[in-house]
Amino acid sequence: MKITCLSKGGGFHLPPCHMLNFCGIRILIDCPLDLSALIAFSPIPTAFDALRFEESNNTEANDLLDSNVGSEKRQKIEKNLDAESLIFEEPWYKTVKNLHLWNTSFIDVVLISSPMGILGLPFITRMKGFSAKVYVTEASARLGQLMMEDLVSMHAELRHFYGPETSDFPPWLRQEELEMLPSVLREIICGREGVESGGWMPLYSAADVKNCILKVHTVKYAEEACYNGTLVIKALSSGVEIGSCNWVLNGPKGDIAYLSSSSFISAHAMSFDYRSLHGTNVLVYSDFSSLCDTQDIEDGDNYSVPTADKLLPMSFQDFDEFNLNSDENLEEREKLIFISSCAIECVNGGGSVLIPVNRLGTILQLLEEIATSLDASALKIPVYIISSVAEELLAFLNIIPEWLCKQRQERLFAGELLFAYVKLLKEKRIHVVPAIHAHKLLMNSQEPCIVFCGHWSLRIGPAVHLLRRWCGDPKSLLILEDVLNPELALLPFQPIAMKVLQCVCSSGIGLRKVQPLLQTLQPKTVLFPEDLRLQINFPIEKPFSVLHYTEAETLKVSCQKNSSELKIAKDLASHLYRITFKNQQIQICRLKGELFMENARYHLLPDNDPKHSLSRPLVHCSLPDSEKLLAALSKVGINASLEPISETESQTVCILHTHDPCKALIEIGTTSTVITTAGQNVASLIYKVVDNIFGGV
Amino acid sequence: MAIETLVLGAGQEVGKSCVVVTINGKRIMFDCGMHMGETDHRRYPDFRRISHSGDFNNALSCVIITHFHLDHVGALPYFTEVCGYSGPIYMTYPTKALSPLMLEDYRKVMVDRRGEEEQFTSDHIVECMKKVIALDLRQTVQVDEDLQIRPYYAGHVIGAAMFYAKVGDAEIVYTGDYNMTPDRHLGAAQIDRLRLDLLITESTYATTIRDSRYAREREFLKAVHKCVSGGGKVLIPTFALGRAQELCILLDDYWERMNLKVPIYFSSGLTIQANMYYKMLISWTSQKIKDTYSTHNAFDFKNVHNFERSMIDSPGPCVLFATPGMLSGGFSLEVFKHWGPSEKNLVTLPGYCVAGTVGHKLMSGKLTKSDLGPDSEKDIRCQVHQLAFSPHTDYKGIMDLVKFLSPKHVMLVHGEKPKMISLKEKIHSELGIPCYYPANNETVCIPSTHYENVETSDSFVRSCSNPNFKFQKCSSVDTCNSTSTDRNLMPELQVKDERVAEGILVVDRNKKAKIVHKDELLLKLGEK
Ligand SMILES: [Zn+2]
Repeated sequence: MKITCLSKGGGFHLPPCHMLNFCGIRILIDCPLDLSALIAFSPIPTAFDALRFEESNNTEANDLLDSNVGSEKRQKIEKNLDAESLIFEEPWYKTVKNLHLWNTSFIDVVLISSPMGILGLPFITRMKGFSAKVYVTEASARLGQLMMEDLVSMHAELRHFYGPETSDFPPWLRQEELEMLPSVLREIICGREGVESGGWMPLYSAADVKNCILKVHTVKYAEEACYNGTLVIKALSSGVEIGSCNWVLNGPKGDIAYLSSSSFISAHAMSFDYRSLHGTNVLVYSDFSSLCDTQDIEDGDNYSVPTADKLLPMSFQDFDEFNLNSDENLEEREKLIFISSCAIECVNGGGSVLIPVNRLGTILQLLEEIATSLDASALKIPVYIISSVAEELLAFLNIIPEWLCKQRQERLFAGELLFAYVKLLKEKRIHVVPAIHAHKLLMNSQEPCIVFCGHWSLRIGPAVHLLRRWCGDPKSLLILEDVLNPELALLPFQPIAMKVLQCVCSSGIGLRKVQPLLQTLQPKTVLFPEDLRLQINFPIEKPFSVLHYTEAETLKVSCQKNSSELKIAKDLASHLYRITFKNQQIQICRLKGELFMENARYHLLPDNDPKHSLSRPLVHCSLPDSEKLLAALSKVGINASLEPISETESQTVCILHTHDPCKALIEIGTTSTVITTAGQNVASLIYKVVDNIFGGV
Repeated sequence: MAIETLVLGAGQEVGKSCVVVTINGKRIMFDCGMHMGETDHRRYPDFRRISHSGDFNNALSCVIITHFHLDHVGALPYFTEVCGYSGPIYMTYPTKALSPLMLEDYRKVMVDRRGEEEQFTSDHIVECMKKVIALDLRQTVQVDEDLQIRPYYAGHVIGAAMFYAKVGDAEIVYTGDYNMTPDRHLGAAQIDRLRLDLLITESTYATTIRDSRYAREREFLKAVHKCVSGGGKVLIPTFALGRAQELCILLDDYWERMNLKVPIYFSSGLTIQANMYYKMLISWTSQKIKDTYSTHNAFDFKNVHNFERSMIDSPGPCVLFATPGMLSGGFSLEVFKHWGPSEKNLVTLPGYCVAGTVGHKLMSGKLTKSDLGPDSEKDIRCQVHQLAFSPHTDYKGIMDLVKFLSPKHVMLVHGEKPKMISLKEKIHSELGIPCYYPANNETVCIPSTHYENVETSDSFVRSCSNPNFKFQKCSSVDTCNSTSTDRNLMPELQVKDERVAEGILVVDRNKKAKIVHKDELLLKLGEK
């Protein structure tokens, strides 16, 4: 198999992206969008900004006239980073650049591991020639669709503001413009290596999203989907998000486990099913989340990984115990309780709380936590959820017990609602509104309040307007999660008087657990990211071999077997006539049947079609004497004649035709003799004769 | 290898479904039901036949329950809590959620109404359900290294599943109860084309051929509408789960369309509670209901209200769903005594009522005053409507499924003997498949598929998939074909590949047998 890491991704919202070639099948794993790159754009300008925007457009035109004169000088000056350095244009979206180097029509299979992994898919599915089969869990597909629809609807505001796009190539992507940008922004647009500018795309339409979803094939957890009879594909829960999964691919040449970002703790999604990843030939380790945790390593040494001299295989029981002993769960819970208490404190003080959070897990827990606290304090503070898809999302979450964690499932069996917010919605404690200008919101909006809304990039969506409204209020609170560069994120809203609370929630396996997990899963070979080599140092003695892979490079993993497993039906096997070689401990026999592929295994079934028995080319392994053969044949009543052979066919020594009693063709080559005849009896007769002549061999 | 099937229940009868299948040392119990019509030891399957010593944990690999009906799950708490089975038990999410409701309701009826000694307690039900592993459809579970199971959608009731099981190369399906046509709230049964050695199927309606469901539903709605517009009351005795929701969706929808204002009532809190489960389990219902969940959850019945006992004699028309079904006692019978004497009123009964119930007597016209207790004085004059649609497959559905799966053997359970015999003949003569219908406590043994596992070289596989020029020249006479079948496709879409696989099997005494291409043979021998 071959693996090319197209992108190592970045954090929860940007999963890695790989291209795999397994059993001749080209498989794309995940197709994310880098929404954190939206930060390079300016949020929708206010009325005042808009005026400035017009002016700057005019000056730009003037500059263009002058550019002939002073162009050389201009290029050298890098602007300082301020709110005006941001790009005042309709935002484009950053896809995985390396993916564009591949011809999408050659992709056979696309695997989507999480709702985040589907966000870039409409760009591919709408391409001409795209014919791959897309596998995604039911829940990921639904959540992904809602996220994409929300994105399209949030973006619509900006499209409306900037008007229709005039050219295929926006001015800000021009080389000379990029060079003018502050380095932080240039790096976001072009990447650290400066080559990523080709990955930018204008956003897809709602119709593209719809078409994309029509093209996906949804699966349940642990359902065996079979691609083309050759590859059995299984999605297994990874615990990071509802519907998120790892994959096990089973082909005739062995099996591969693809381990994406996975979480041992989950308060909403079905827990990480690591047992099902056990004992594969290859395990692709693709949880890069510890890359983002490097700060923690520097902060304290409790994250350092103890290095053992050797790794021994570990039992599931030991690993489960090891897991139970960790206090991650408690830490996460405490974090959420803290955030919720900050929010309550804020509304108590008369300020409003803005929560532009996108992780479902965080939203759901905060909703419940905050609602309980509000209940307890008897405060009459409204909670708003502003999103075009919120109503559908909340309804959806209450009908998918099969995709939720154990504790939530217990609620189903106890006849309780899966999520407590349903009750709060009924009691009108929580209000769901589709947009910030919605009638319902305008009619009963009340401050202070607590608002959940998108988008976490702080560049599009209702969050922009609310942040503008509250950023000057020192009593209000903004809660950020997963924002890599908060200074830049908040740049257009400066000066900021409101409080900002940054939270980091873990989303991966965690460095301490990587080795014990691999010891337990016991694959033969682990493909491990080069980028994590520093963090995880494998000892020389270990129960598996390790190969390191690097972004944008193809790693070939030689598969040991140049053979596959095959199942022969018993009724075929029992008909076989075996020849034993006298001097060797080998038996050989000729067999014929229908070969077909089913569930990634070859099967050979008896071929019952009578017309097939016409051809029986047999093989022998030495040079017969043609004269001797003719004589021997006539002895048993077969008349044959020799056919002169051309010089070019040097492989063939001679060809015999028999005429009586039955037609047959005997080709004698340097390495083989092939007997072709229409009757089985004749064939075996000839065979016996030929076999006799070679008796001593 | 053989597949040994021991029928502990539902052999040539309907009731206490329980089939124990043994394949190569693995033993699976499909369903663990009780018989509603029996009161002595025959109420439960004869578990001793699985293990005389009572060591069920070693005797069974797992228990699989297909759906929440009592004739499929009724004996489970008894088996786990009284007989002591503590191994794995599998059922779908809805079955796990709804079975305790059915079991608890049944237990109450047994103890309260019949004054019987209880066979299991409420705690037993709770403890039993804790041992259950819930499954999603098509979720493929490795019970142990050799045994794999997988549920498929069966229609019938919410969460009903047909179960596929595989041990080694032997593959079987046990259908449980199923429906091949969609109804108001559920879809039709769905299964992959599998390569089965044995199909064990229900045969309740083994000889019935049903016409359009919609015509029958219209008859029902018409009867109800006529009654209420004449000022009458409609009594629908049902169990809390299944039929109640189906009919309620039907009525709720009809009420909306016809703009009717006559109240629809549910008699027991149980049905209200059941609706709550249905709302969360909506993804197990029909596509149409699933598609509209976000705007309107179909189990949020707009026109349905709670019924109080004091309302029995209130004037005016109404529709009432009352438990239990078949007028076998309890509240539905109590209401019947009040409403039965008026010819304006209507009572609807299901197509099948167990012998001995008031419902059964009413249907067969043998109801007497004494059946309604000593205090009843009035004659029963109300109209009776028999529901002509059922959540079970009919003859055509069974035949379609057997034809689709084309198993090597078929076994009939959950049906009446004469009908089974007729169906067996059809399966044998029309499809050429051997068919069995064992009685309770009988064992049937059939051979199973077994494959020899060998290795195969890449060039052999390639030679099979690439047309071999030399080969074609030699065999000028014929066209060879080998069928490479994509088993997920329907037969008319099968891709035919015009090649035949020919190779040489090399059996080395010290190694695994391997198939090679003929050109490789010499190399292989040369290695020696
Ligand atoms: Zn049933």
